[in-house]
Amino acid sequence: MSVLKEPEMLVSLENAGISRSDRWLVRGVSMSVSAGEIVTLIGPNGSGKSTTAKLTLGLLQPDEGTAYRKPHLNVGYVPQKLDLNWTLPLSVNRFLQLTNRASRAQINDALASTDTLHLANAQMSNLSGGEFQRVLLARAILRAPDFLVLDEPVQGVDSNGELALFSLIENIRNTLNCGVLLISHNLHIVMATTDRVICLNGHVCCSGSPANVASSAAFKSLFGEHVTSGLAFYEHNHDHEHLPDGRIHHNARTGGEENIDA
Amino acid sequence: MLDDFFFRAVLGGIGVALVAGPLGCIIIWRRLAYFGDTLSHSALLGIALALLFDINVTLAVFGISVAVSMLLIVLQRRASLSSDALLGMLAHSSLAIGLVVLAFMTWVRVDLMGFLFGDILAITPLDLAIIWGGGISVLAVVFIIWRSLFAATVSYEIATAEGLSPDHANFIFMIMMAGVIAISMKIVGVLLITALLIIPAATARRLSNSPEQMAIFSSIIGLISVWGGLLGSLEWDIPAGPSIVVAALICFVLSVMPIPKRQRAR
Repeated sequence: MSVLKEPEMLVSLENAGISRSDRWLVRGVSMSVSAGEIVTLIGPNGSGKSTTAKLTLGLLQPDEGTAYRKPHLNVGYVPQKLDLNWTLPLSVNRFLQLTNRASRAQINDALASTDTLHLANAQMSNLSGGEFQRVLLARAILRAPDFLVLDEPVQGVDSNGELALFSLIENIRNTLNCGVLLISHNLHIVMATTDRVICLNGHVCCSGSPANVASSAAFKSLFGEHVTSGLAFYEHNHDHEHLPDGRIHHNARTGGEENIDA
Repeated sequence: MLDDFFFRAVLGGIGVALVAGPLGCIIIWRRLAYFGDTLSHSALLGIALALLFDINVTLAVFGISVAVSMLLIVLQRRASLSSDALLGMLAHSSLAIGLVVLAFMTWVRVDLMGFLFGDILAITPLDLAIIWGGGISVLAVVFIIWRSLFAATVSYEIATAEGLSPDHANFIFMIMMAGVIAISMKIVGVLLITALLIIPAATARRLSNSPEQMAIFSSIIGLISVWGGLLGSLEWDIPAGPSIVVAALICFVLSVMPIPKRQRAR
């Protein structure tokens, strides 16, 4: 990438705030996401992470400050919660084409990238929690978005799958050069995969590179010394993988999987 | 052939059933059954006004239904009442106002039963033109906005974030609903319109694997119900509207019967 050229800004919030019944859900939030950048929002429950993400998406309008979004931005969104009505006959294939048409090959690629190709014809209502999350992610990826918003994308996914999905998110960023706004609770992985961390608690507590944030006093007081002191970027490699159809595939060389570097 | 009242009834009923299919599915998926009820109750007010000002009944009912839908949107934004309470208020107050207006018009003799339960004999060639013209327009519009409408049904937030403007689709959907209520009133009557929307869609649920399939199946099941109901009505001399709804119910009961064990293709 050219050093001289600034990456294009996709969304930005300037001193944005949302108030509901005289209470500020978030206030004074300034942040931006540029193309090719992974920005992660962390913070305790009720700290306004999802609200901030919705502000960047235009799902909520700021009561104070401004929200900018590049015109005609192609967005892929994985919401924190999606309650499907059981009266909907909805296959995974059809769900992937919820907001755009896609070819068979594109759908299969997206499903394969999240290890859910074997579920293509399954009904959404029959998926497990982890499978459901993977399909949600596949759907967002399928749109080849410029801006990808992932609100706790790995809830219910087992820890191996979690690592794989995070490295997938990095891959997508690298291939599409899209901006990613990520909300996650897994501080270990967040610290390893993110370009920039924004620590929220109703306002922006601190922000910056993962290393800077992890050593800041505000971060330590928010998450507690016992959590933050042990932040090592752990890696978990197996000498075999379990294929979706139940077969076991032994890797030729151990540790040959893609590593997640700090 | 248009001179034959039975033929006109079948033709009208089929027109309504085809349109009711996809809209009924949306109603079921969005848990909007009570919204359909509210519109059909307010239809009586439309009838009263049509008689008062001597205008076409279908057009008057359509106008009132649109007005009630818009009123609902406004009230949902302003009032601090839940949607079902608002719907209940709108449904019954517009029904009551309709009845009061009818009672004041001592000079018109109204066959109230005809409006409540439908009156096949009253279908004129003009009604047929309205049913088919309106029905085909509604189907065309639903086809155009289907992706937005369905995406907003699954997740309003995803649809909005990804640029499908579901608010427009929802607004158009409400107008389409008003249209369907207006054109199906003569077939099944004010009290039973919601049944024609919901029962075929509920029946189709068991048989479908995709939303589009469910929409098409519920049109077909509606068509079968209309045909069966009208035949029954002719055979046993029973009112056509209730007869159609009973036929739809029979289809539904058949659909929930246990299927003999057979590997279903997936």
